[in-house]
Amino acid sequence: MRAFAALFQRDLLVALRRPTDAANPLVFFVLAVLLLGVGAASAEKGLGGSAAGAVWVLALFANLLAVEGVFRRDVEDGTLEQLLIHARPRFAAVLGKLAANWSCAGLPVLVLSPLAVYVLGHSTAGAGMVMLTLLLGTPTLTLLGAIGAALTAGTGRGGLLLAVLVMPFYLPVLIFGAGASTAAGAGGDAAFELLVLGALLTGSITAAPFAVGKALAISQEY
Amino acid sequence: MGLVDWAKGAFHKTGSPRWFFLGSRRWMVGLYAAGIALIVVGSTIGLGFVPPERFQGDSFRILFVHVPAVHLAQAIYVAVAVAGLVYLVWRMKMADMVIEAAAPVGMAVTAAGLATGVVWGMPTWGTGWVWDARIISTLVLLLLFFGLLALRQAIPRPDRAAMAVSLLAVVGVVNLPIIKYSVEWFTTLHQPASLTLGERPTIAPVFLVPLALNALGYYCLAAGIVIAALRMKIIERESGTSWVADWLAGHEDRVGG
Repeated sequence: MRAFAALFQRDLLVALRRPTDAANPLVFFVLAVLLLGVGAASAEKGLGGSAAGAVWVLALFANLLAVEGVFRRDVEDGTLEQLLIHARPRFAAVLGKLAANWSCAGLPVLVLSPLAVYVLGHSTAGAGMVMLTLLLGTPTLTLLGAIGAALTAGTGRGGLLLAVLVMPFYLPVLIFGAGASTAAGAGGDAAFELLVLGALLTGSITAAPFAVGKALAISQEY
Repeated sequence: MGLVDWAKGAFHKTGSPRWFFLGSRRWMVGLYAAGIALIVVGSTIGLGFVPPERFQGDSFRILFVHVPAVHLAQAIYVAVAVAGLVYLVWRMKMADMVIEAAAPVGMAVTAAGLATGVVWGMPTWGTGWVWDARIISTLVLLLLFFGLLALRQAIPRPDRAAMAVSLLAVVGVVNLPIIKYSVEWFTTLHQPASLTLGERPTIAPVFLVPLALNALGYYCLAAGIVIAALRMKIIERESGTSWVADWLAGHEDRVGG
C-alpha cells in the first residue's frame, strides 16, 4: 500500500509540475472531437447514433497517447531502474503509476465525454452510459496498454509500434464499451456489457500489474 | 518408462540447433513433397471434379483455399504461442527461432485467408467485408503476427527481443478467444443479421474430401517452409560455432563458397 501511495503521489506531482505534458491526451481528445465534428458530422444531425461510439474511439486513442509515455521519462533519467531495485511489492508500485496516469488522462476525458457526445450527436442520449462505460473501460485500457509500453520501454520506439501491439487487446473493451453506449443511446438495455466491462477491469487489475512488472524487468534486464 | 525417456530425449535433441539442423533436411524435403502433392490432388478434385454448389454455383470453390488458409493461420499462432511459453519457461533458443521462422509464414497465410474471404464474399454476400466475429478475429490475428515481427525489430538485443516477443505471443493467445466471443456476443445482441451471413450450410461429404486433402497439404507445406526458415536461422545465429564451420566446409559447392 505504501508503494502504491508513494508512486501515485509522485507521478501526480510530476504531472502537475509539467501541466502541458500531462494535458496532451485531453488536448488530443478535444482536437479530435473538433475535427470529427467538422469533417464527418452533418450540420443538422451531427453523427446521429454513432456519436457515442465515436467518442469511445477517441477516448481509446487519448488513452493510448497517455499510456505511451507512462515509463518514458523514468527510463531516460534512470528512475525506473531504481524503482525496479527498490519498489516492493513491484505490482503495487506499477499500480500506483498507472493510477496516476489514468487520473491525468482517463479521468479528464471521462469528465468531458458527455459534452463530446452532445456536440457530436446533438443529443445527450447515451451520454451517461458513455461516462459509466469509460469509467469501467479506460482503466482496463491503461492497464493493458502499460504492458505494451513496458515491453517497448527503452527501445526509443513507442508510437505506432505500441499501437500495433496493444490494439488487439483494446478491441474487446471497445466492443463492449461502445456497444453499451450505442445500445443505451437507442433506449436499449446494457447490463450485460457493463458486467463484462467490470469483469475485464477486475481481471486486468489482478493480472496486468504483474505482466507490466515482468515486461519492465525484461526491458531493463533485471 | 521407455516412452518417457524417449520423449525426454526427443525434447532435448530438438532443443539442440545442431541436432535439428543436421537431422531436419529429410523432414523438410518430405513435407514439401507431401504438401505439394496433396495440394495438387486436392485442388484438382476441388476445382475440376466436384459438382457446383447448389446456391453459390462455382464461386464456392474458393472454399478449398480459404478454409485451409484460415485454419492454418490459427494453428500457426497457437504453435507460436506454445513456442513462446517454452522459451519463457526453459529459455530454449530453438523455441525463439521457431517464433521467428513461423511468424512471417503465419502472417502471409492470414493475409491470404482474408484476401480470399473478400473475393468470396463479393459474389455470395454482395459485399467483400462484414464486421463479424470471424473476420475481426482474423484481422486481429494479422495484427498480432505483425506485432511479433515489429517488436523483434524494435529491440536490438536478441535475448531481450526473444523474451519480449515470447511474452507477447503468450499474452496474445489468451486474447484471441476473448475477441472471438466478445464480437460474437456483441453481434448476436445487436445485429443478428450479420451472423447469418457468416454461417455456411453444412458441408456435403463430396466437398469434404478435397477440403481435407488441401488442408492437410497446407499444413505439410507450411511445416516444410517453417523448417526451411528455421534452418536458415540456425546457420545465421550459430555461425560462430565449429559445427557450422565443419558443415559449411563439407558443402562449399552448394553454398557457392
